[in-house]
Amino acid sequence: MFDQQQREAGAALWRRPWLRAVATLSPPLLWFLVIYLASLVALLITAFFQVDSLTGNIVYQWTGSNFSQLFTQSVYATIIWRTILMAVLVTVTDVIIALPFAFFLAKVASPRTRQWFIALTLLPLWASYLAKVYAWINILSDKGVLPDIERTLGLPVTHLAYSTVAMWLVFSYLWLPFMIMPVYGAFERVPDSLLEASADLGARPWYTLRRVLWPLVFPGVVAGSIFTFSLTLGDFITPLLIGGSNANFIGNAIYDSALNGGNLPFAAALAFVSIAIMAVYLVVARFFGAFEAL
Amino acid sequence: MNYQLLTRRVVVASAMALMAVTTLPAVTLSAGAALGTPPTQGDGTLSSIGKGEGSLNLIAWEGYAQPQWVKPFTQQTGCQVNVKYAGSSSEMVSLMNHGGGHQYDLVSASGDADLRLIYGGDVRPVNMKLVPATKNFHPFLQAPSFNTINGVHYGVSYEFGPNVLLYSKTAYPKAPTSWSVIYNKANKGKVTIPNNPIQIADAALYLSKTTPSLGITDPYELTQTQFNAAVALLKAEHPLIKKYWDLASQEISLFQNGTTTVGAAWPYQTNTLVAAGAKVADTIPSEGATGWADSWLLATNAPHPNCAYKWMNYVSTPLVQAQEALYFGETPANTQACAFMNKLQKGGCAAYHANAPESYFATIKFWKTPLPTCDNGQNNCVNFTQWQQAWTQIVG
Amino acid sequence: MTPLATWVLRLFAVAVVALLLAPLVIIVLFAFDRSNVQTFPIRSWSTQWFSVAWHDGAVRSALWLSVKAGVGATVIALILGVMVSVGIHRFRFFGRDVVSLLLVLPIALPGIVTGLALQSAFGLVAVQLSLTTIIIGHATFCIVVVFNNVIARLRRTPDSFMEASSDLGATPLQTFRYVTFPLLRTAIIAGGLLAFALSFDEVIVTTFTAGAQNTLPLWIFGAIRLGQQLPEVNAVVVGVMVLTIIPITLAAKLSNGETSVKSPR
Repeated sequence: MFDQQQREAGAALWRRPWLRAVATLSPPLLWFLVIYLASLVALLITAFFQVDSLTGNIVYQWTGSNFSQLFTQSVYATIIWRTILMAVLVTVTDVIIALPFAFFLAKVASPRTRQWFIALTLLPLWASYLAKVYAWINILSDKGVLPDIERTLGLPVTHLAYSTVAMWLVFSYLWLPFMIMPVYGAFERVPDSLLEASADLGARPWYTLRRVLWPLVFPGVVAGSIFTFSLTLGDFITPLLIGGSNANFIGNAIYDSALNGGNLPFAAALAFVSIAIMAVYLVVARFFGAFEAL
Repeated sequence: MNYQLLTRRVVVASAMALMAVTTLPAVTLSAGAALGTPPTQGDGTLSSIGKGEGSLNLIAWEGYAQPQWVKPFTQQTGCQVNVKYAGSSSEMVSLMNHGGGHQYDLVSASGDADLRLIYGGDVRPVNMKLVPATKNFHPFLQAPSFNTINGVHYGVSYEFGPNVLLYSKTAYPKAPTSWSVIYNKANKGKVTIPNNPIQIADAALYLSKTTPSLGITDPYELTQTQFNAAVALLKAEHPLIKKYWDLASQEISLFQNGTTTVGAAWPYQTNTLVAAGAKVADTIPSEGATGWADSWLLATNAPHPNCAYKWMNYVSTPLVQAQEALYFGETPANTQACAFMNKLQKGGCAAYHANAPESYFATIKFWKTPLPTCDNGQNNCVNFTQWQQAWTQIVG
Repeated sequence: MTPLATWVLRLFAVAVVALLLAPLVIIVLFAFDRSNVQTFPIRSWSTQWFSVAWHDGAVRSALWLSVKAGVGATVIALILGVMVSVGIHRFRFFGRDVVSLLLVLPIALPGIVTGLALQSAFGLVAVQLSLTTIIIGHATFCIVVVFNNVIARLRRTPDSFMEASSDLGATPLQTFRYVTFPLLRTAIIAGGLLAFALSFDEVIVTTFTAGAQNTLPLWIFGAIRLGQQLPEVNAVVVGVMVLTIIPITLAAKLSNGETSVKSPR
């Protein structure tokens, strides 16, 4: 009896695919709309309020002053450009490292080596992010591991801790696995036969690389770059922990406004700057077909 | 706004600590009347401390919830202590605001945050009868105007101390006598100062002695000209800065590594470094020092009021006050802590001025919130929002 | 490729892996440093911090909270993530591209934006920050991780399996239970493990969505800012790393060389 009902319900669903679509898709979509999108909208609204400077409470009166402050004070342009520049630099660095590494994994290494190397590449993702950043402080500090090695080898001693170079190193390190994996995935999807065909048709390796392999791998690179770019854009802990005296990123400005300054509206305005930057990036990424490679 | 003028007076009065205990109630009364009443003034207080709720949520400065005294507290009361560390008064205020107000029980706020919390309605009156140890507090800390309004107590005074000049003994065999070392071009890349807008007051204090023509009398009350001079000094200092420290541990690491040789610090950093064998010391230079006077304030919607009262009681006792004082390097409110400090560390009482007269208290320029209204009533002082914006410009 | 080029590539790959692992080695080394102010070379060694960490009530409650948050977020992410990937894979509908873009947003937009947006929303509707708000924040970006894993598997699975099932008279639920789910099982488990790991290590969104209680990463941040118990942090992290080797091995076995992007948040 119950089975019969179920069967009829199933048949009804089967006859009306849209009903099934609604049934499967509405819970996750509602979650995203009600919790995530609604929150983003709430944030946009907050960006048009101000806080009372004595109590730190939000005054619910419409004002564009947060945005005008953002665009008129040159320090924010400095902060925004510094962040974008670092995000680009980190992305490029990770691409340069990930391309040959992923190529090696996908096309050169034996299956056994591949399995090991993939596991080892992913291993850092399971160690605490904060502990990894702190480990870098222990490496780069003047009485840290790197200067000690340099002294032992008689090399000139570097003073990298608390500098922009340190931030670049640490960011590139932290996000490298997120670049390697999609690039590796892209290489893996390229059939070996295609490369052989190219060679058989007389293409030199460099030509094959540039005209056959690169176009196929490029979406993977863009997919990885979404992570490296966005992660750098939104981070405030790495600059705080290992940056020098010019380490204010958008993330830090947001954090300072929201938690130190108690100025959520201004933080919201800053958050929208990073949303805008990311939106531009995503549109471009979509153009290159990155979402299919995610 | 009128109430800001009077808030200002209250803060000034307390921070400079110029008034005797007898004049205190009068000043706060007149101030309170015009300020309006804090939103929670009429709220009832506990009449007796009941059974603990089993847990206690604190917002505290680094070093204010050390296992040495937290563990015995939990054993005695069954209250598990959760700590959220905050690095600035502003962060404490926003944690109290944004936590929904139902998260935290107590905050160890400094004088500059107290009034913002009290007038923001984030904290509620405390029944001092339930915290009997406060009877032994220094008279000037029993009802100071930064935590007591209209005779209503919103918090229990805790400890106070100066921001010090930390220096490497290798680089400075003799203690520097002036804050000028942190502004000296010769120290490029060797300086660290807190990443905190209130640092502008340190520059102003220095300028008040070195450039008397500016006429700075109070480092927290700056006219635009005075403020600009302080900001310019800090901007010129930027190339010397290795790092604007956000976390106390960063300054500790910077000195332990020998990366920086001089900086603005809390005694906490000095004590930790010395304990780890680093060759550093601290000093209060001739220009004087800014500082803090902390209180434990009770959140309006504290989820664990009984545990909160138990904590306020516990940290007011001489032993805990002495432990905290020696650990952080500050002066306890409880006069009986002196003997315990000497017991715990030879000469500890004198080293941290626990037996010093009120005049010592008066030498420290305590943190307070910069407001637009100056003491002269001319409304031409720079407010804290501008301090924050200028700080962003300085740090870049 | 020439043998020389192969060798250069091999050396390069070994160097990359060494670089990726070096900080982990440092973490382990400094867990045995007696001094709480860490410098290298380590002057005196000690295992005391493991005992300190083991007996630290704050570590235990933070660990427990992180486990609860991770499990909660993973369960939600699994349910919603599987639904949305099956839905998107199965049905062609207007706005399908928008939906897949929407799903990617929580990992594509900076974490601090997600965190701030959620905090501000919780504030507006007067929801108290608690374990629930942590779970909501984590689940939002964990859904994507499950989605990525499951949709990758679906794309490799011929639709004919499911069609055959319904042609033979199975209800959609039966098809899911007896055909789709077994095909997806390993992808679901791998996605779930990843979601748990991400939630477990998340710090940026959690900073904004946690109340007074500390998750493990928040406790670690507190310990780092305190600077008094850094080797204890290392000891805790080493312990957690050893514990996670089990799920890593499992995940690696289950996904069996199959790759998908892991989001950090």
